Amino acid sequence: MSTMAIDKAGPSRKVKYGSMSRDRTWALRWSYFFLCIFAIFSLVPPIYMLITSLKSSAEISAATNPWWVFHPTLSNYAELLGSNQYLRFFLNSALVSIFVVTITMLISVPAAFALARMKFWGSATLATGVFLTYLIPDTLLFIPLFKMFAVIGDWTGIQLINRWYVLLFIYPTLTVPFCTWIMIGYFASIPKELDEAAIIDGASWFQTLTRIFIPVALPGLIAATIFAFTASWAQFLYPMVFTTSVDQLVLPAGIITTLIKGDVFNWGQIMTGALLGAAPPLIIYAFLMDYYIAGLTAGATKG
Amino acid sequence: MADVAFEQSRIASAGGVRRRTSLHNALKRKSTMAFLMTLPLILLILLLVVYPAFYAVHLATLNKSMARFVGFGNFEFLFKRETFWLVVKQSCIFAISAVFFKALIGFIVAHFVHNVPAKGQRKWRGMLLVPWVIPPAMSTLAWLWLFDPSYSAFNYTLSAFGIGPIPWTGDAGWARFSVILVNIWYGAPFFMIMYLAALKSVPEQLYEAAAIDGANWWQRIWYVTLPMMRNIIAITALFSLIVTFANFDIVRILTSGGPLDHTHIFATWAFRVGIEGSDIPLGASVSLFMVPILAVAAIFILRDVTKRGNEA
Repeated sequence: MSTMAIDKAGPSRKVKYGSMSRDRTWALRWSYFFLCIFAIFSLVPPIYMLITSLKSSAEISAATNPWWVFHPTLSNYAELLGSNQYLRFFLNSALVSIFVVTITMLISVPAAFALARMKFWGSATLATGVFLTYLIPDTLLFIPLFKMFAVIGDWTGIQLINRWYVLLFIYPTLTVPFCTWIMIGYFASIPKELDEAAIIDGASWFQTLTRIFIPVALPGLIAATIFAFTASWAQFLYPMVFTTSVDQLVLPAGIITTLIKGDVFNWGQIMTGALLGAAPPLIIYAFLMDYYIAGLTAGATKG
Repeated sequence: MADVAFEQSRIASAGGVRRRTSLHNALKRKSTMAFLMTLPLILLILLLVVYPAFYAVHLATLNKSMARFVGFGNFEFLFKRETFWLVVKQSCIFAISAVFFKALIGFIVAHFVHNVPAKGQRKWRGMLLVPWVIPPAMSTLAWLWLFDPSYSAFNYTLSAFGIGPIPWTGDAGWARFSVILVNIWYGAPFFMIMYLAALKSVPEQLYEAAAIDGANWWQRIWYVTLPMMRNIIAITALFSLIVTFANFDIVRILTSGGPLDHTHIFATWAFRVGIEGSDIPLGASVSLFMVPILAVAAIFILRDVTKRGNEA
C-alpha cells in the first residue's frame, strides 16, 4: 500500500522538490537581507561610539561626515586613561561589581541548594517569594531605601549615604533573587541518586554542596556569576541616588555627571568613556556567549 | 542510613560534653541546616526588599518635611496636577508600544535567524544580542549623540535624501518616539533570544505535517508556531512589560523627562520629585503608582511559570 503511494508520487515529487528548494533559496536570501538590516540597526550605536572616540574635538565641531574618521587620534583614550578621576570611577565600578558578585554567590548558592534539595517547612513559599522579589524593579525601592539609609546614618552615626560601599548592600537586592532562582533550576536538574550516594558515603550536606553540586552545576554557576557582574556593572539608578561626590561615583553615574558639563559636551571623551565602560561586559560576552545566553533564557523559565 | 550518620556523630564527639553533642546533632538535622543556609537570603529579602516596600507606603502618607501624617494628602495633590496625568499617559504609551514592537521585531528576527543554516546562526545571534549586553546607560549616551540637535548623524544622513532636520529630542512627539525607539533597540534582542530558543523546541514534524496539508507560510506561523510558543511569548512579554514600565536609564539620559515633562515616566518623575526635588514622600507616592500594573503582570507570570514547571 505505502510503496504504491510512493511510486505514484515519484515523478511529480521530484518536480515539487525542485520548486521547494528554489523557494528555500529565496527565503534564505531574504533572511540574510533582513538580518543584515537588523544587524546594522543593532550595531550602529556601538560603532558610532568607536568612530566618535577616534576623533579630535576639532574634527567633531567641524561637522564633517560623521560616519568617517579623517584624522584618527587616540588622544581621547590617552586623556581619559591618564585622568585620575576616570580611573577612580573604573576602580569603584570594579570593586563594587567584584564584591557584589562574591556576596551574591555566598548568599544564593547555599540558599538555592537548600531550596532545591532540603524540603523544609515553607520552602516552596520561599522559592516563590524569591521569584517575586526578582520581579520587583529597582525604581520601586530607591526612595524608601535612600530614606532608610539616611535614617540609619542619623541613628548610629555610621554615614553610608554617598559612600561607594553602600552599593554593596543595595545591589544584592537585584542580583541575589535572580541568581538564587536560576541556581534552584540548575540544582533541581541534578539526579537525586548523585547526592544520595554522597550521603551514604558519609558526606555532610556541606560536602555534598561543594563536592557534588557546585562542580556539576558549574555552567549554571558561571551564568549566574556573569549575570551578577553585568547587572551590577550596568546599574545606573542606585549610584545616581546614593552617591554624589566625584570620588565615590561608579562608571555610569560618573560619566553622566562629570563628562557632561552644562552645555559643553565633549562628545569625543564621552563616547570614549562610554565605550571603555561598555568594554568589560562586552569582553565577557565575547568569550562566554553561551553561558550568557543560558542565563538569559533560564531567568524566565523554570530550570 | 540514619544509624550510620548517628554512629559517626557519636564517634566524632566522643570526648565532647553532652551539650555540644546535642548542638552537633541539631546542626546535622536537615531542617536546621536548611534554615541556616537560607537565612542570609531571608534576611536580605525581609530587610532590603519587603521592609522598604512597606516603608514606601508609610512615607507616602507624610508631608514634605516628614514630620506630619497627612493620610492621602499626597495622592490628592497628585490627582489635581496635570503633570501627573501626563506621566500616567506617557508611561502607558511608552510601555505598551515599546513592548509590542520589541515582541514583534524579536519574533521576526528570531524567524530569520532560525531560517539560516545552523552553522551561521551563532554569528548572527552574537551580533544581534550586542545591544542587550552594553550597559543601557552607556548605549543611551551613544543614542543621545546620534540625536544631537546640531551634529546629529541621523540628520546628516537624512539630509542626503532631502529630509529636513528632525528634532529628535526637542519636540514632544519626536522625543517620545526617540525614547521608545531606543528602548526597542535595547530590548528586542532579549525577545529574539527567547523566541529563538522556543522556535528550536517546536518539533520539525509539525511543520512537515502542515506542509503536507498544503499550509502556506502564514498558516504555518498562525497554526503551528504561535500556539506552540504561546506560553513563552506571554512570559517574555509580561517580563518585559515590568522592566519597561519601570524603566529609568533611557528616559533619564536621553531627555531627562523633557521637553516640558512630555517624556517623563513614573520612575524618572519619582526621581525628579523625590531625590532632586527632595520631596521624598511625594516621590514615594509617585513610584507606588507602579505597583498595580506590576502586580497584575507578576501574578500572570507566576501562573505561567508554575504551569511550565508542572508540565516539565
